[in-house]
Amino acid sequence: MFDIDRWREIFQSISKNKLRSFMSGFTVAFAIILFTLLFGIVNGLSNSFEDVFADDAQNAVFVRTFKTSKPYRGYKAGRRIYLKNEDIDFLQENFSDKIDFLTPRIYKNFNISRGAENDNYSVVGVFPSHQTLEKTVMIAGRYLNNNDLNNVSKHIVIGDKLKEDLFETGQKAIGQYLNVGGLAYKVVGVFTDEGNDRERRKAFIPSTTAQKVYGNTDVVNEINLGYNKSLSLSQAVAFGNKVERTLKDRLNIDPDDQNALFVNNRAEANKNINTLTSSLYFIVLFIGIGTLIAGVIGISNIMIFVVKERTKELGIRKALGASPNSIKMMVIQESVFITALAGYVGLLIGEWILSNIGDSLEDYFIKDPSVSTPIVIGATITLIVCGSIAGYMPASRAARIKPIVALRAD
Amino acid sequence: MIRIENLHKSYPIGKDKLHVLKGINLHIKEGEFVAIMGSSGSGKSTLLNIVGLLDSHDEGEYYLNGLKIENLNEKKAANLRNKFLGFVFQSFNLISYKTALENVALPLYYSGLGRKERTERALLYLEKVGLKDWANHLPNELSGGQKQRVAIARALVTKPKVVLADEPTGALDSTTTDSVMELLKEINDEGMTVFVITHEEEVAEQTKRIVRLKDGQITSDELTKQSNKVHQNV
Repeated sequence: MFDIDRWREIFQSISKNKLRSFMSGFTVAFAIILFTLLFGIVNGLSNSFEDVFADDAQNAVFVRTFKTSKPYRGYKAGRRIYLKNEDIDFLQENFSDKIDFLTPRIYKNFNISRGAENDNYSVVGVFPSHQTLEKTVMIAGRYLNNNDLNNVSKHIVIGDKLKEDLFETGQKAIGQYLNVGGLAYKVVGVFTDEGNDRERRKAFIPSTTAQKVYGNTDVVNEINLGYNKSLSLSQAVAFGNKVERTLKDRLNIDPDDQNALFVNNRAEANKNINTLTSSLYFIVLFIGIGTLIAGVIGISNIMIFVVKERTKELGIRKALGASPNSIKMMVIQESVFITALAGYVGLLIGEWILSNIGDSLEDYFIKDPSVSTPIVIGATITLIVCGSIAGYMPASRAARIKPIVALRAD
Repeated sequence: MIRIENLHKSYPIGKDKLHVLKGINLHIKEGEFVAIMGSSGSGKSTLLNIVGLLDSHDEGEYYLNGLKIENLNEKKAANLRNKFLGFVFQSFNLISYKTALENVALPLYYSGLGRKERTERALLYLEKVGLKDWANHLPNELSGGQKQRVAIARALVTKPKVVLADEPTGALDSTTTDSVMELLKEINDEGMTVFVITHEEEVAEQTKRIVRLKDGQITSDELTKQSNKVHQNV
């Protein structure tokens, strides 16, 4: 394989027969370009899918309630359903093995001021685990903790945009007090979020504070939870369905009432996306392998033709002392070389096109289309294997050429 | 050098067999210059193919350089061809995309010689056939006579025991025929065993021994005037 002289022979044979070599390589290069483009585009699609949901934890389940649309167990339709603290405890107790974290959301709107600066902001009462759910990133201080929750502290965590609104640039917010709807809250942390600016203008306070200070209720607007990540997607979907059934029963909602209670399970979306992307990958793989096979058959055909054309030359080589094996290896190596080179060129062209496309197709949900290194390595290995396969049959035929027959052919 | 005893060869044609060589006995000593003559179909090419290890025989015995030839696999035959035999063909059989020098150096590649040594030796032999200045020309830039000289250089470059020439002048005009035969004579004078197949009397007459074949059998085997001359010279 690493016989320099043989490579020299091969290079000479390739470079002195350019058209022939080009024709052999072209089909393979073309197949690889197609494969790279398709693969890159599917990657781009799955990139944008991931982006859409990058804001929240992948295992999030959101429970929201509205008005009932059907009468049930003596209750009239049109009843407003409220989630309460006891529902949180209920879920915690009954599904403890399936729940990773759990948090209520209590939505408030307050005028927040500091000195002359003031504006209306959305303030949400949450558990500390809300940080995990929202993938909140702290840039200063800390998030809310269990002490805040137990002590009903007037502590507040604010978004970086909110901080910019109320504080001067460079000024420290941690430890400062804000007037939140008439009460003084101490800023304990500043966060940022991958989501939009609106998310970054929010503020979080302990859910206990949100309930006790403003009307002393035990009502929450939403319950959000993260299912155990060891659940498979179908198990997670089943879990979400079970949560919905149990809560509907507990809150006296008709099981067929589609309006009163919503369980928005990320697992379902994940499952759909997974099915979609994996079927796309499958299609691409199918088409890719198909084109590659066509390319290999093409190159094999051309190699057969090449061997036929070279019958005389190979016969001369044999008469001069070339062993059948050396002829065989020469033909195979030539084929591998052409396939690998053509494939690599195809790959480069494909990648070049992809990098030129870049984010310009983002409107079509294709973001940063590219192929990853393992794919590139995989494709290279495939090419070398394919080259050997394409070369093997013609090479065996070449090795069987009888010098007398070959030399007779004028 | 070459000893053939009761050699038979037949080719299958459909269900029948074509009996081409019917018991050949031939003994060629080192340094001989032999012409095999015969009309087409006499079996002379088959004989050359067997002697050149390009084909196998059915019956009888064949010794090349004292080595009994039997049950050769292709690899072994290739190796022996490379070591002991040099071929010159009617249609030259040079590789068209290689220069004269590369063509001459090719057998040395298959003997496993280094590149530098191959080039040096090939150049030496090109000089010997008077084509040193044409070393970097492709075959289609050479005349027929020049091509055959390149082929002869190629046959000689491995320092074989026997040079086998199959109608070496068949594709040449009379002037170049003479010059090629002159070259073969020179080689023979240096001690090389040369084995020529031809159907041209003028060519055969320039060798030292003529063996005539007819219908797969030797009809005559005699020395020529040339051999007498040499003997007189000695």
